[in-house]
Amino acid sequence: MTNFIQQIVSGLASGGIYALLALAIVLIHRSTGVINFAQGEMATLSAFVCWTLMDHGWAFWPAFGATLLLSFFGGVTLQAVVIRPIQNGPLIGIVILTIGLLIAINGLDTWIWGGAAKQFHGPFSTAPIRVGGVAFSKQDLGVIAVALVAVVLIGALFTRTRLGLGLRAAAVNPVEARLVGIRVAAMLALGWGLAATLGAVAGVMAAPSLFLEPNMMQTVLLYSFAAAVLGGMDSPIGAVVGGLLLGVLLNLVGTYVHWIGGELRLATALAVILGVLLVRPSGLFGRTALRRA
Amino acid sequence: MSLLELRDVEARYGEIRALHGVSLTVDDGDFVALLGANGAGKTTTLRAISGTVKTSGDVLLEGSKVSHRTPEGMARSGVAHVPEGRGTFMTLSVLDNLRLGAWVHGNASPRDLAHVFEFFPRLYDRRAQQAGLLSGGEQQMLAIGRAMMAKPRLLLLDEPSLGLAPLVAREIFGVLGQMHESGTTIVVVEQNAMLALSYAKHAYVLETGRVVLGGEAADLRQNESVRRSYLGY
Repeated sequence: MTNFIQQIVSGLASGGIYALLALAIVLIHRSTGVINFAQGEMATLSAFVCWTLMDHGWAFWPAFGATLLLSFFGGVTLQAVVIRPIQNGPLIGIVILTIGLLIAINGLDTWIWGGAAKQFHGPFSTAPIRVGGVAFSKQDLGVIAVALVAVVLIGALFTRTRLGLGLRAAAVNPVEARLVGIRVAAMLALGWGLAATLGAVAGVMAAPSLFLEPNMMQTVLLYSFAAAVLGGMDSPIGAVVGGLLLGVLLNLVGTYVHWIGGELRLATALAVILGVLLVRPSGLFGRTALRRA
Repeated sequence: MSLLELRDVEARYGEIRALHGVSLTVDDGDFVALLGANGAGKTTTLRAISGTVKTSGDVLLEGSKVSHRTPEGMARSGVAHVPEGRGTFMTLSVLDNLRLGAWVHGNASPRDLAHVFEFFPRLYDRRAQQAGLLSGGEQQMLAIGRAMMAKPRLLLLDEPSLGLAPLVAREIFGVLGQMHESGTTIVVVEQNAMLALSYAKHAYVLETGRVVLGGEAADLRQNESVRRSYLGY
């Protein structure tokens, strides 16, 4: 029983990281219509930036704040310089471009910081706390709390603000959005900026437990895709619930289904993607785009 | 002074020239119908005005030339363009669609929303639904309601009656008539020339990208060639 609870708690902790990155994926998808394969590497890059600032003597919180700001402008710049020129082309072109970005940013990280894993001291202690035989850390709780705060903020942005309405409109129908007076180009850049910021949060939150190195977020990205698909590609709440659920599911399956173990963890996540797409393509919280025939 | 003037406007889609020098004027408070066969350039004329297609020639708004037209810029200048096919935001709710109509004014005022719902009570009943779930007529109402939210000086409508039952089409034009009476200037492209001419004050007939005829709607209704080509009697 203790082991069971332990697996759930650890699952929630890793799920919190999937949730944060999934949230960034959902955000960019919802505000620009693109699936961003570079989201994980962008998060890693942000974590490296934060690490470098701290390496130069900055305390965590100022370094974190500066990283978020830099990431925001980095995302806006990326959209303006790399995405905008092909924005009106087919969607598949943009998606492939984000795969190119994944490779480029990964190379850049290795070129600047080398491939060796670095220890990253986050704001929360990673020292284990034991409650009745179940071990967890402040880091674990912190990640989950940050994911929950992030989803509330993002949800409020999309559904309660005029800006969020503009972001959604620009993604749903850019031509029409311009006709009602929305500066679509600005909205798309803003979407990338916000996603990059959220990705930075994910990267910085992941780094203390995963160790910082250029490939840090690569498998996390796949789990986050699974989380986003599970929760619904367009639903911030779905991303977080999907992330936490997936974290727990993977842990339980890995522990109790012996032939899966640790080796088929990733395959299990992909099975989740496949299963959701077959049974309920819009995910747990996604709204199907309904249209009269 | 005319609210809108087109001087020798040409437009092309790639190699294909869609407008061969269109000139027309729309007075403040006017209700103008653009008639013509398929491919005559009616839709392109509206697009030229709202800046959704590249053009040469001059477009003047209240006598001053608008040189660099973009759709968002024209929307800010008070031009609302409802394109053909009831351009609504399909996956957004009816209410969100209406709110977006007021984008250029900031937040949508409850009074303006109430005003739209007065015209279209059915939209109120369906305000929380996705726009894509509405019937064709309701989507057209939503598109027009959204344009109302913008409180435009100039409303451009492309084929508002397309695919609608005759009764619904009349209802739509009835609303346009009321908007016109309360001061909105309207330019409408319409296949149903009979319907359009019974509401419009002025009309232009386009053929292969040129204006071939223009004048009072009542006069055009009596015109022999208009009757034969567009009214069918």
